[in-house]
Amino acid sequence: MTRRSPRKYFINRAIDNYFMGVYKAWSFIKRFLSEAVKPPYHFREIVHQCYEIGIKSLPLITLTGFVTGMVFTKNSRPSLVEFGAASWLPSLMTIAIVRALGSLVTALICAGKVGSSIGAELGSMRVTEQIDAMEVSAINPFKYLVVTRVIASTITIPILSLYCSFLALMGSFLSVHSNEAASVKSFFLNGFSTITFLDVFASLTKSIVFGFTIGIIGCYKGFNASQGTLGVGRAANQAVVISMFMIFIEEVIIVQIANWIRYY
Amino acid sequence: MESKEEIKKDKEPIISIRGLYKSFDELDILEDVNIDIYRGENLVVMGLSGAGKSVLIKIIIGLIPPDKGTIKVLGRDITKLKGKELDAVRLHIGFSFQGSALYDSMSVRENLEFPLRMNRKKLTKQEIDAEVAEVLEAVGLKDKIDVMPADLSGGQRKRIGIARTLILKPEIMLYDEPTAGLDPITSDEINQLINSVQQKYNTSSIIITHDLTCAKTTGNKIGMLLDGTFKKVGTFDEVFNPKGDKEVEEEIKHFYNYNFIE
Ligand SMILES: Nc1ncnc2c1ncn2[C@@H]1O[C@H](COP(=O)(O)OP(=O)(O)OP(=O)(O)O)[C@@H](O)[C@H]1O
Ligand SMILES: [Mg+2]
Repeated sequence: MTRRSPRKYFINRAIDNYFMGVYKAWSFIKRFLSEAVKPPYHFREIVHQCYEIGIKSLPLITLTGFVTGMVFTKNSRPSLVEFGAASWLPSLMTIAIVRALGSLVTALICAGKVGSSIGAELGSMRVTEQIDAMEVSAINPFKYLVVTRVIASTITIPILSLYCSFLALMGSFLSVHSNEAASVKSFFLNGFSTITFLDVFASLTKSIVFGFTIGIIGCYKGFNASQGTLGVGRAANQAVVISMFMIFIEEVIIVQIANWIRYY
Repeated sequence: MESKEEIKKDKEPIISIRGLYKSFDELDILEDVNIDIYRGENLVVMGLSGAGKSVLIKIIIGLIPPDKGTIKVLGRDITKLKGKELDAVRLHIGFSFQGSALYDSMSVRENLEFPLRMNRKKLTKQEIDAEVAEVLEAVGLKDKIDVMPADLSGGQRKRIGIARTLILKPEIMLYDEPTAGLDPITSDEINQLINSVQQKYNTSSIIITHDLTCAKTTGNKIGMLLDGTFKKVGTFDEVFNPKGDKEVEEEIKHFYNYNFIE
C-alpha cells in the first residue's frame, strides 16, 4: 500500500466534482431508462412500492390538502368581497387548486416523506453492503430496487395529486358553504366552468414529472451513498433538498409551456 | 484415459489471479497479486487492516473492477464478463460479507428464499421450503426461521449470512472475516461450520481472517498479504516459521506476535 502523487483536476476540485456529479446523475437516468424496458419486471415489487409510497404519504396529504383548500378560500374571500366578486370564489379556487396547488403541495410533501425514506432505505442498504449482497447473488439491484421505486413513485404521486386536489376542493367548498349555503353541485359546476382540458393535462403531466423526479433523486442519492452511517443521513437529506429544488424549477418550466400553448 | 482427464481437471486452478493491481484515488492497495486456488483447497488470507483483503475478494466476484490483471474463476476471466455471463459465474460463488449484509426488511426465511426465488423461478413452494430448511439445518439455526435480522446476535447473523450463500449451492466460498468480533466459543463454532460446509458441499474457499485459530483450523494454505502482494504462501507452519527472506520473516513475526498478544 503506497501513496501516489495527488490527483490532477481540470479546473479545480469543486468545479470538477460538480460536473462529474451532473454526468453521473445523467448516466443514472440513462441507466434507468434502459433497464426499465428490459425484463424481468418485478411487478409484485412495483405494486408493493406503490402501496408503501401511497400509505406513507396519505395521512399528511389528506390533512394538508383539506386545510390548504379551506384556508386559501377563507383568506381570499375578504379581498373578493371588497370588489363585490365573491361569486368568483369557486372558479378562482378551482383554478388555483387544479392548476397549481394540488400537484405542488403533493409533490413537496412526497419529496419530504417519500424522497427521504427512499434515500435513507437505499443508503442504509448501500453502506451495510446489502446492495452488494444482491449483486453477488446474481440479482440486479438496480432493477430490483431503483427501477421498481422510480416506477412506483411516477405512478403513485399523480394519483395522490388527484386525491389532494379533490380534498382541497372539498375544503374550499366547506369554506364557501359556511358563508353562502352553496350546494356541492353549484360549487363544482361554477368552479369547473373555467377549467379546460389543458389545465388538467398540464397538471397531470406536472405530477408525473414530479413523481419521477422524487423517485429518481431519492434512488440516486441512496444508491450512491458513500460509506458509513453518516452517508445515510446525508443521502436522505440531499434527496429532499434536491427534489424540492428540482420540483420548483420544473413547475416554472411546465407553467411556462402551458401558458405558451394556452395563448397561441 | 478418463482418470488422466480427471487429474488434469484437478490440476486446473479454480481461481487463478495474475498480475492484479488496484488503487483507489491516491492509494495503491494491491500491487501485483498472484495466486492459485485448487479444487477443495481452503486459502486463508491474512494481513493488516486496510491491506486490501476485502478489496481482493470483491475483485474476485466482480464487485470492484481491477486496474490491471487477469482473474480467472472457474476458467472464465471475470474482468471480461458482463451481465448474464457474470451472473452465471457468480451463482457458483458464495460470498459471506464482513458485516453479514442480511436484508433488514426481510425475515430470516425471506432472506434465504430471496436468492432462490430470483434465480430459480421454476421451484415450487415445497421445494423452496425444503432448501431453506436444509441450509438452516446446516448452520444450526432452525428455530430462527421467522426472526427479523435485527433480533439476531452477531454470530447468528454471520451464520444466516453463510446459509444464504449456501442456498445457491456454490462451488467456491469467499468468507470475509467470518469470526471477527465474536467470542472464542462462537468463533470456534463458525470455524467448525466452515469446515463442515467444505466437506458437505465440497467447496473451495478463501477465508479472510485476523484470527490465528481460525486460520489454523480452516486453512490448508495461508497467504500473507503484505504491502499489496502475497509475500508468503504456504501451510500454517511454513508461513509462521519462515526461513530465508529476513525482511518477510520480520514482518510475519511482528504480525504473529501482535495477534498473539491481542
Ligand atoms: N470503494 C472504495 N473506495 C475507496 N477506497 C476504498 C474502497 N474500498 C476500500 N478502499 C480502501 O482500500 C483499502 C483496503 O480496504 P479493505 O477493506 O480491503 O481492507 P481490509 O484488508 O479488508 O481491512 P480489514 O481487515 O480492516 O477489513 C482501505 O484503505 C480502504 O480505505
Ligand atoms: Mg475487510
